Amino acid sequence: MTLLDRHIAFLEALRGAGLPVSLSEDLDAVTALGAVGWSSRTTVRDVYAATVVKRQGQRATFDQLFELYFPRLVGEGAADGLLEGQVDGAGGPVEGGPRAESMDNGEALAAMQEQILEALAADDVERLRELAAEAVGRFGSMPGRGPGLSSWSSYTALRRLSTDDLTQRLAEALRSHGWTEEEAERAAGRRTGSYVAMVEADARRRIAEEKGPEHIAQVTVRPTIDRLDFLHMRRADVEELRRELYPLARRMATRLAREQRSRHRGPLDFRRTVRASMASGGVPITTHHKPKRPHRSELVVLCDVSGSVANFATFTLMLVFALREVFTKVRAFTFVDDIVEVTDQFRPGADLVDVMTGLVESSAHAARMGRTNYGRALTRFVELHGDALTPKSSVLILGDARSNYADLALPALQEVVDRSRHQWWLNPEVRRQWDTGDSAASRYAALVPMVECRNLVQLQTFIKDLA
Amino acid sequence: MPCMAAPAWFSSPSDALTRLGATGYLADEATATVAFLAGALEKPVLIEGPAGVGKTEFAKAVARAADAELVRLQCYEGLDEARALYEWNYKKQLLRIQAAGVEGTGSQSWAEAHDEIFGEEFLLSRPLLTAIRRTEPTVLLIDEVDKTDVEVEGLLLEVLSDFQVTVPELGTIEAVRRPFVVLTSNAARELSEAVKRRCLYLHLDYPSASREREIVTRHVPELDEGVVAQLVDVVARLRELELKKAPSIAESVDWARTLIALQAGTLDAATIDATLGVVLKHVSDQDRARRELRLATGGPVASTTSAHPFR
Repeated sequence: MTLLDRHIAFLEALRGAGLPVSLSEDLDAVTALGAVGWSSRTTVRDVYAATVVKRQGQRATFDQLFELYFPRLVGEGAADGLLEGQVDGAGGPVEGGPRAESMDNGEALAAMQEQILEALAADDVERLRELAAEAVGRFGSMPGRGPGLSSWSSYTALRRLSTDDLTQRLAEALRSHGWTEEEAERAAGRRTGSYVAMVEADARRRIAEEKGPEHIAQVTVRPTIDRLDFLHMRRADVEELRRELYPLARRMATRLAREQRSRHRGPLDFRRTVRASMASGGVPITTHHKPKRPHRSELVVLCDVSGSVANFATFTLMLVFALREVFTKVRAFTFVDDIVEVTDQFRPGADLVDVMTGLVESSAHAARMGRTNYGRALTRFVELHGDALTPKSSVLILGDARSNYADLALPALQEVVDRSRHQWWLNPEVRRQWDTGDSAASRYAALVPMVECRNLVQLQTFIKDLA
Repeated sequence: MPCMAAPAWFSSPSDALTRLGATGYLADEATATVAFLAGALEKPVLIEGPAGVGKTEFAKAVARAADAELVRLQCYEGLDEARALYEWNYKKQLLRIQAAGVEGTGSQSWAEAHDEIFGEEFLLSRPLLTAIRRTEPTVLLIDEVDKTDVEVEGLLLEVLSDFQVTVPELGTIEAVRRPFVVLTSNAARELSEAVKRRCLYLHLDYPSASREREIVTRHVPELDEGVVAQLVDVVARLRELELKKAPSIAESVDWARTLIALQAGTLDAATIDATLGVVLKHVSDQDRARRELRLATGGPVASTTSAHPFR
């Protein structure tokens, strides 16, 4: 494979992963690489990143693919000179042959754990990367599998190294250095998390070496965080999303406020315009407009917080409340099989973490039997909180419409519809899964327009249209 | 197309690194590479990142390093062509016409007057046009480009890709010498693909601990090294919390200056507590930081979040 082929294959893979790489950016990358040369791998990566990736959210995907197409080492690669600055484009496996220390026994495992722990405590990224490669090489190989099956597994390596144990020991080590308990735990979790990611990346690299990067690029590279399904999030993703939430909400609030303001430009105010034109000798250079009456809606949010969709519900709630100023009034309710109001959790300027914990606590009151029951929740809502519904209010229901085959209480929903101005139902499931099993999606959708809302992008679009 | 004959801004990424460093801007490798590429390929740079990580400072540093003039266009909501590109001086034109009406015979002089009032004399040059017409090395900084309306982006396209401006009455003005263009954005709005495609992209993030130590020391050399290390450590811990606004580099430097002003020899819990307002600008953030850092003096604020009623 020549360098050009590899370059083109790399860009193709990026496009496949959803990065819009145009031809002009392709040419830019080539010109830029011509200007800096191929002497250092990090520079090559920086050049590609500068010319081809135009959104920070896509950077993770880019890094993963870069690792596959321009691996930092091939095979065991432990011959030190080979580590950096060796992008020959050929990418053919240069097997170093079995090495003496690549033995796999209990002693080696314990020693390895010690080394990793040391590097983790020092937060030494380079060393960790080496250790990740070593870990996969020693403990992640699955020899003797048939052709077509990959012979490396990050899962095996990580299980043997028992990462949970590592996290705990690291947290203890950090605590003894004077970190507070919570901080130590968070830092330990984050560092081990990044080590796990390194091990996974190294396993991918090895598999890519055997089967070609195209194969692995299709299979393992995950979509960017804002396109990730709410229902299929890992813990790390949830944390990342939480961190994204506040800046995102602020961005949206500015944008919405701006759009509302620009819509507020009313008809021409003739008198003021003529008056202002005096200054320019009777030529109306600037026009003045009458302000428009502001129109804002009250929002009532009903959230299913049962296990499966809890993530989705909390994100939407947080987002809605962060955008509070766009609406006159927001009231929020959570339900599983009973309903409880959570509006007072959201005080202006409240701390995000506090709100999250508060939400979880009060949501405990929303469950009686613990099995989702939409019918009961809706009935109770109309009974207890019917006052929330006014002709000005918009109702937003969040949930997967899976009611465990219980009574759907369609009349109660009909009453909600009758007593409010607009209604929407956001369903975090893929549309083709609606009406499968105990989902009553289409029966509810007959009363309330139901929208598929699987990821952050869809949620953003929806809220933008709503405000 | 890149014109290699023109005097280059930087000769290589490492050259960019050292020369930016000499002006007091400690760049990392990616930043230096992009700085070099922007000069070599004559393409604009789009810098994104959280507030206070040195986006605007980058442009200033490039200007200082290359001994170039900085032309700055601060973007804001409602920025229009007249403020960004050029404007005809209406009032002066009106005066000119009225004056001509008094002296001349009216209709016959109109053709002359028309040619005259759309001449250089009546043209008010705004930052974009100024930057393009300059013959000396120029750094054009388009700050907070996300704050503008979408229409302004369309305007920028012509400037950014061809470095030319079309004034209907005067014709197309081409850049004598291409400026080094830096756009900064806080990502309040997604910029259009067309603008992004024309730019090199650089995401600046919070620096690593060692680099931040260097930056703080560089800006506040009076501060004791031990205190700098402590300070950077605390700021790093603060960034790990879920805060509304994590402290930026600018805030670390401010904090260091505060410590100098207060003549605090060390950064103990009491000092942190007293000066936390320098780094954290939200009550809830300060609150959280106090709890997480276990500052002894809780104060009255901390008690408000400890318990709240819910139904």
